[in-house]
Amino acid sequence: MQTSAALIGDIPASRKALGRGLIIAASLGLAAVLVWQILFVSGNVEEGFDTWRPVLYAYLAWAVVLGVSQVIIRGEAGQRALFVLPAVLFTISMVIFPTAFGIYIAFTDWNLSSFEGRQFNGLDNLRALFEDSYYWNSLGNMAFYVAMVLVEYAIAFGLALLLNAEIRARRFFRVVFLLPFMLSPVAISWMVGKSLMEYRFGPAANLARFLGWEKPAFFTEPWIAKISIEVMDAWMYIPFMMILLLAGLQAMPRDVSEAARVDGANGWQTFWKITFPLMLPVSVTAIVLRIIFKLKLADIIINVTAGGPGGATDSVTSFIYREYRDRSNVGYGTMLAEFYLVIIIIFMLTLLRFVSRWLRKLD
Amino acid sequence: MSSTTSAIEAAAAAERSAARYDQSRAARIISRTAIYGALLLWAFICLFPIYWTLTTSFKTAKDVQQGALIPFVDFEPSWIGWKSLGLSPDTIFETSTVREEFLARFINSVVTSLSASMLAIVIGSLAAYGLSRFEYKWGPFRNKDISFFFLSQLILPPVVLALPFLVLYKEVAMLDSSIGLILLYALMVLPIVIWIMRDQFKSIPAELEEAALVDGLSSWGAFLRIVVPISLPGMVAAFILSLVLCWNEYFFAALLTSTDAKTLPVMVASQTGSQGINWWSMAALSSAAIVPLCIVGILLERYIIKGLSTGAVK
Repeated sequence: MQTSAALIGDIPASRKALGRGLIIAASLGLAAVLVWQILFVSGNVEEGFDTWRPVLYAYLAWAVVLGVSQVIIRGEAGQRALFVLPAVLFTISMVIFPTAFGIYIAFTDWNLSSFEGRQFNGLDNLRALFEDSYYWNSLGNMAFYVAMVLVEYAIAFGLALLLNAEIRARRFFRVVFLLPFMLSPVAISWMVGKSLMEYRFGPAANLARFLGWEKPAFFTEPWIAKISIEVMDAWMYIPFMMILLLAGLQAMPRDVSEAARVDGANGWQTFWKITFPLMLPVSVTAIVLRIIFKLKLADIIINVTAGGPGGATDSVTSFIYREYRDRSNVGYGTMLAEFYLVIIIIFMLTLLRFVSRWLRKLD
Repeated sequence: MSSTTSAIEAAAAAERSAARYDQSRAARIISRTAIYGALLLWAFICLFPIYWTLTTSFKTAKDVQQGALIPFVDFEPSWIGWKSLGLSPDTIFETSTVREEFLARFINSVVTSLSASMLAIVIGSLAAYGLSRFEYKWGPFRNKDISFFFLSQLILPPVVLALPFLVLYKEVAMLDSSIGLILLYALMVLPIVIWIMRDQFKSIPAELEEAALVDGLSSWGAFLRIVVPISLPGMVAAFILSLVLCWNEYFFAALLTSTDAKTLPVMVASQTGSQGINWWSMAALSSAAIVPLCIVGILLERYIIKGLSTGAVK
C-alpha cells in the first residue's frame, strides 16, 4: 500500500486551509451554543433553550464537520481516518463524558426526592461507603459469584466434550444446549425463580421433596438463596462458555489425541495430558469473558429476590439499583458505582497479568 | 521364514484383538449409554423451563396451584393467559387496551434492539476494518491502543453509566425515549461487534483490496464493493449476537424508561398486581419475550455459534 507521505503530498494548501477553517468555524459554533446555554441556565442571559438538546445537535454537527474536513485536509489518509472516527467519537462521547460527569456527581449529596438539589459534600460519600456494611456484603457476594465461574467452566467443558464426541443428532443437541443463552433474564427470573422454584406448587420444589428435602424453600436461607441465584445465572451462561470451548475442541488437531490413544493412553489420561493443556488458551479466554459478564450480574437478583434475604444474594449492581430506585440517592449510588469500577479495573488487570505470566511459564 | 512368523504373529494379534473386541464392545455400550444419558439429561434441563413457561400460559388458577405438568392429562388447557393479553382466538378481533399496551412494548423492543444492533454493526464494522487494514497514529495512540480502548469498554459495568445517563438524558429531554436506549445499547454491544469483525476482516486477504485500489477505487469504494459482500456472514453473526443482548436487556430500560419507550422485559417485570401474580398472564408475556429469540436461535444457530466462537481460537 502507499505510504502516508505520498497520500498527503498532493493536497493543495488552499484546500488544507479550507478544511482547517471549517473545523475552526464548527468548533466556534459549538462553543458559542455551549457558552450561551451555560449563561442562560446560570441566569445571566434572558433568552435560551428549554433543554440542553440543541447543544447535542451542535455537537453532532461539529462531529460531521470534523469528519468532512479530515478528508479535505488529508485526502486519502483522511478517508482512512473516517473508518475509525465515528466509533471513536461515539464511544468517547458516550463513555468518557458521562463517566467524568459521574465522578463529579459521586462527590455530591444529591437525592432526587429532596428539594435541596445537588450539593458538593467532598469525601462524605466515600466515608459512608466504607461504613456501609451492605455494600461490602454485596462485594463479598460478588466474590462468591465470580468464584463459581470455575464450576460453570467445568460443566461447560463437560458439555463441550459431549457435543464433540461421535454422537447422532449433534445439531439438535447443540441448538437445545444453546437455547438458555437466548432467553430473557427477566422472563426466566419470573418463570423459573418465582414459578418453577415456588415453594408450594413449583416442580423443582416437588422434585426436591421427592428427593427427601422436607422444606424446599430456595430463597429463604441465605446460602441456599445465593446458590439458587447462582444456579439460574449459570444455567443461562453455561452455553456461552460451552460454545467457546467447543470451537476450541473442534480446532484441535485430531491426530494428536489419536496418537496418544494408539500409544495406549486411556480417555482419562488423554484428556489430562493432551486435550486439557491444548485447550488452556481457549479456556482462559472463556473464563475471562465469563467473569466480565458475571461482574454485571443484576437482572435475576433484582427480579427474584431483590437482594434478600437480608442482602445475602445482593450483587453490587442490584444493590446500587435499589439505592437509586428506593431511596433516589443519586450522589451516593454513583459513588458506589465508581468505586466498583475502580475495583473491577484493578481486579481485571491483576487477573490478566497473572494469567499471561502463568501461560508464558507453561510454554 | 519371515512370512511364517508374521503369519503366526498375525493370528495371535487377531485372537488378542477379538478378546479386546468383546471387552471394548461392553465398554463401548456403557460409554454410549453414559454419553446419551448425559446429553438427554442436559437437554431436559435446558428445555423444561421453556416448556413450563409455555404450558403455564394455558393454566387456570387451580391448575397453577396444583403444579400441573402435562396438558390434557394433568389439566385441561384454556386460553386464559392469552386472553389476558387480548390474543386468544375469541378476543383477537375485539378491541383490547391490554393488547395495545402489549403490542406497543413489543414493537418498542423490536425497534430498539434492531436499530441498536444496526448502529453498532455499521460503526463497529467500519472501525474494525480500519483497525485491521490501516496504520493509525493519533498523537501517542496507535492501532493497538485504539483497539484496546474499544475492547476495554467491555468491562465497564452498566451501573457506572446508568445514573449519569439518567441525569444527562433528563437534561437533553431524552429520558424515556427509544433513541436514548438505542444509543446506550449500541454502546453496550460495540466492543463485541468490533471484536468479531476485526477477526473477520483479518481473515480476508488484503490483496483483494489492493487490486481494487490499483483499479482506481478509493479505500471506501474497495470496502463497500469488495469487503462488505465477503464479510457479510460475519456481520450477520455479530448482528444476531447484538440482537440477543439488546432484546434481553433490562437494567437500562428499567432505569431510563417509564411510559413511552418501555420495552418488553420491563413490562414483564412490572406484572405484580394487588392480588398477587396472575401466573397465566405472566407466562403468556414471558412466552412472548422468549419465543422470538428461540425461533432466531433455532433458525440461525450457525451464525450465533460463529459469532460467539470468534476470537476463541487463534
